[in-house]
Parts: sequence; structure tokens; C-alpha cells
Amino acid sequence: MAIYQKEIECMERSELEKLQSERLVWQVKRMYERVELFRKRMDEKGLKPEDIHGIEDLHKLPFSYKQDLRDYYPYGLFAVPMTEIVRVHASSGTTGKQIVVGYTEKDLDMWSQCMARQLYAVGANEDDFVQVAYGYGLFTGGLGAHAGAQKIGATVIPISSGNTQRQIQTMIDFGSTILCCTPSYAMYLGEAIEEMGVKDQLKLKAGIFGAEPWTEDMRQVIEEKLNIKAHDVYGLSEIMGPGVSYECEEQHGMHVCEDMFIPEIIDPDTGEVLPAGASGELVFTTITKEGFPLIRYRTRDICSLNYEKCACGRTHVRMNKPTGRSDDMLIIRGVNVFPSQIEEVLLRVGGEITPNYLIIVGRENNTDTLEVQVEMSEHLFADDVKSIEKIERTIKEQLRSVLGLGAKVTLVNPKSIVRSEGKAKRVIDNRKLV
Amino acid sequence: MYVKQISVFVENKFGHLEEIIGLLGKNGIDISALSLADTTDFGILRMIVSDTEKALTVLKEAGTIVKVTEVIAIAVKDAAGGLAKALHCLKEAGISIEYLYAFIGKSDLGALVVLRTETPEEAIKTLRENNIMVLMAEQAYRL
Repeated sequence: MAIYQKEIECMERSELEKLQSERLVWQVKRMYERVELFRKRMDEKGLKPEDIHGIEDLHKLPFSYKQDLRDYYPYGLFAVPMTEIVRVHASSGTTGKQIVVGYTEKDLDMWSQCMARQLYAVGANEDDFVQVAYGYGLFTGGLGAHAGAQKIGATVIPISSGNTQRQIQTMIDFGSTILCCTPSYAMYLGEAIEEMGVKDQLKLKAGIFGAEPWTEDMRQVIEEKLNIKAHDVYGLSEIMGPGVSYECEEQHGMHVCEDMFIPEIIDPDTGEVLPAGASGELVFTTITKEGFPLIRYRTRDICSLNYEKCACGRTHVRMNKPTGRSDDMLIIRGVNVFPSQIEEVLLRVGGEITPNYLIIVGRENNTDTLEVQVEMSEHLFADDVKSIEKIERTIKEQLRSVLGLGAKVTLVNPKSIVRSEGKAKRVIDNRKLV
Repeated sequence: MYVKQISVFVENKFGHLEEIIGLLGKNGIDISALSLADTTDFGILRMIVSDTEKALTVLKEAGTIVKVTEVIAIAVKDAAGGLAKALHCLKEAGISIEYLYAFIGKSDLGALVVLRTETPEEAIKTLRENNIMVLMAEQAYRL
């Protein structure tokens, strides 16, 4: 398989580390001058930009957190004047308020390089037709994949998400060869294609599936149903978007674009950097990003890094699929959901009293399901069906607006939600992953 | 004049209704009228019982959600058109009914019906003017 930027992707590690060091020093210096919060945290640690000589000093730098993005919402952490920001994206935060990220022209170009590397790694080039079935909009998935496909000179089919019949018809008529969407949607498409009996009319050869966790079993099913090779992609809008790391043809771990993002694995409790190969919380430092750079950003994803040389020839480290989270975030149909967001909705509806609740996540027909059980209380109860149904409906509508997801709301008997040691278990995840 | 009705939240779960009714029976509480409003997810069990206070205590202790609502109990002629007459006079007076259900037992007074409206005072006045018997609360509990 061709390599998009061989000189970077296959760089000797010593060379790569030199490049990372130079870029880190540059980034720390400019962020210290431009980002108030970073300067404050450096000062608290008694650190000056001059103390950072290279990646060997990375561990000295202060961490940054998702909470920071909320505290400095919307543009408080940007490192360039807004005149240089050419695009913003957003994703959900922990308590309803979204988080905002910004990109300069150059940031967008770097991002498109990440996705271009992945597209090459799955065997795509200018002859291909890339069907982008991720949602377009504030979510980074659609436009991220779009830019990468355009970068390699492929023909982009920006169909966005949804409308399965039209997706499949387009796939056939336009001759799509590469499919980009969430893995659960790929499964769904695969089943629909099987039902329609049109598998032999497809020209698909590979798929890039991300934005939610999936398993090796799912990979096999998708590969069989769509007759393609299925590749994982990882990303988060705080760092860039999809393409922060990606799978090559070996399908054995995702290469991190290390010339742009330095990964570390830390102990989430102590913050100590863990030895190579250990499993812990993934932390990223963006060393090329201009608009919205982050130093040692705590992703809360638990995974490990593999520094062994990959058979594909790329030298960039591979990260394994995240196996969990160091916080309570759930990923439901590709959307980040924090239990605290649901609690906030219930608090609002319940009028100062938070009813006891239970979040049940499941998977039906390869699509994630979300049910919120709410214990009935004297406060919420009324003698007529209308009032209670109105409460149910209000909770549903509020959840949709806060989470951007439909949820089933069930009112249950008081005390029917199991409590352990007086504290209720808030989440049951029935999906079998990893 | 107003009859105290107990409303209980019933989760749509196998055996739950039996638990509630069973609890009343065990405590010697007699049910004189009941109705169950049901939706796909939950139900509201409405009852008029022999001992409202005791029923409330027992049900609350068992952890159910209970509310007391005041309703009107009327006796109409137990023959064709009996209920229609009562409803007609309420309609003429512009009074709308939230819900209505019948008593379980028979009575010498005629057929007994429970009804709930947003404007109970007006309803009682209208009913009486039209010679429809409105039961005293104590009468209803003892049925």
C-alpha cells in the first residue's frame, strides 16, 4: 500500500523525536505568551518556557482537562486572534454546555493530512470515490473525512448520515469504493444491503469507521457483509477530529500522527507517566496546532501504546483500541454522553429535587439504545394521566435537546432502582464490547 | 360533600397491581369503587376505600406513591338514560369531566358513579339543581 507522506510517516524514531522536541519547544513558548490559563499553570509549577528543552521535559508540563474548555468557553483558550480562526467545531461537554474548538487555515490543512494518511493506508487514492456518511456539521466526523478525501484527490460523495435507502442507491449508482461512517451504521448498512440482495452491485473495497467503540467481532461481520476491509480511526475534537490515529492495512493498532500529536500513557490517579506498553489514560499534546493547542490533554480514554515496528513500514507509534474510560462518559450512537447531563435534565424537570434514576444502554439491531428509568416521586405524581405523560414527554424532549439523542423514558416505582451501600448505581451498559 | 379518593402510581410490571390490592385486603380495607387508567408504561389506580387514612399509611409504608384527590360521588337512576341525564346537565352548565367511573357494589340509592371535574363546587350545585343525588363522603366510604 502506498504511504501518503513517507518521509514523515516512516521517519527514523530519533529523527521524529528531534522534530517533536523542536515543535514542543515552539508550542510551549507561544502558548505561554498567548494562553492565560497555560501561563497560570506554568507559573504555579514554577516553570518557564526556557525550562522545556525537548520531549524529555514533557512530563514536567501541567495537564489540561475538558473542564478547562468549559471554564474558558467559548474562545478563551484559543492561541490566535479570531481573525485567524477560519472554522469552529463543537461537541458535547459534561454538563450540557457544548465545548468549542477552533482551527486556522493551516490547522485544517494538517487535519486533512491526517485523514489523507489514513485514506492512503487503506488503499485509497485519486481514483477512489469516498462516500462520507458521517454527519456533517459541528461534529468533526463529516468534514474531517471530507477534507482528507479531497486532499488525496479522490471524488468525495458528501452524503452525510442517515437515509439508508439513499445511501445504498448512491453507493451503487456513484460507484463508491470507500465508506466512512460509524461502525454501528456500517453494520446497519451491511444488513440492509443483504436484505436488498445488492451486495454484488457494490464496488466498495475499504471502510474507515470511528467515533464509537467497536469490537473485532463487529469488524468481521462488517467485512463479510460489505465485502471490504474495515479500518478503525480515532480522534477527538479537542485534539483535532478523526485522524489523530488510524489503522493501516495491518489492522493492528492505530498509528498516531506523532509529528503533530505526542501521546503519553499515564496513571489516571497519580498522573505519573507509565512505561511503554502499559495500559493507562491517554494524554495528548498538540505540537503543530495554531488555533486551539492543548498541552497534555487528558482524554480519559484508557489504552496502551505499542512502539514495536509495524510491518507496514510506518514508524509512528500505534495505540490500541481504548478499552474504557477513566471517567463515566458513555459513547452512544457516536455521541458522548455524561450521566451528569442526564441528571441535570432530571433536576430541571423535577424542580430542585432530582428523582432517582438509572441509565440503561443496550444494543438492538446493531444500534445503541438509551433508556432512562426515573423513579416516580410524590413530587412528580399527579392524579391524571395527562400530567404524568407530560412529564415523560418533557424529560424526553429535554434529553434530546441536551444530548442530541433520542431516549426512552420509563417511570418506575419508587425504590425499584437498586442501591448499593446507599448509593444508586447510575449506569447499566448491556453492550458487549472489547 | 367531597369524597376522598386515593390515586396510586402503578408501574407497568407483572404482579404489581396484585401487590397493592393484596396489601389493602390484608389490612382489612374494603374497596368501594376503583378504576385503573393505563398507558403503555404505567397506570394510575384510583380507589375509594372504607378507611382512607389507614390505606394511605399502609400504601406509603410499602413505598408506593399515593395521592389523595377529592371527587364527587353521585347516585343516578339505575335504568337507561340515568347517567345521561346527569352528564347532560353538566354539559349544559359548561362543566367538563376529567374522568368518571362506577362503584363496585349495588345500592338502594341507584347506580353510583364517581366523577372528577376542575370545578367541583359548580358541579355539585348544578347536579343538585337538577335533582341528582350527590352522596355525602361517609356514605361513599361505607359502600
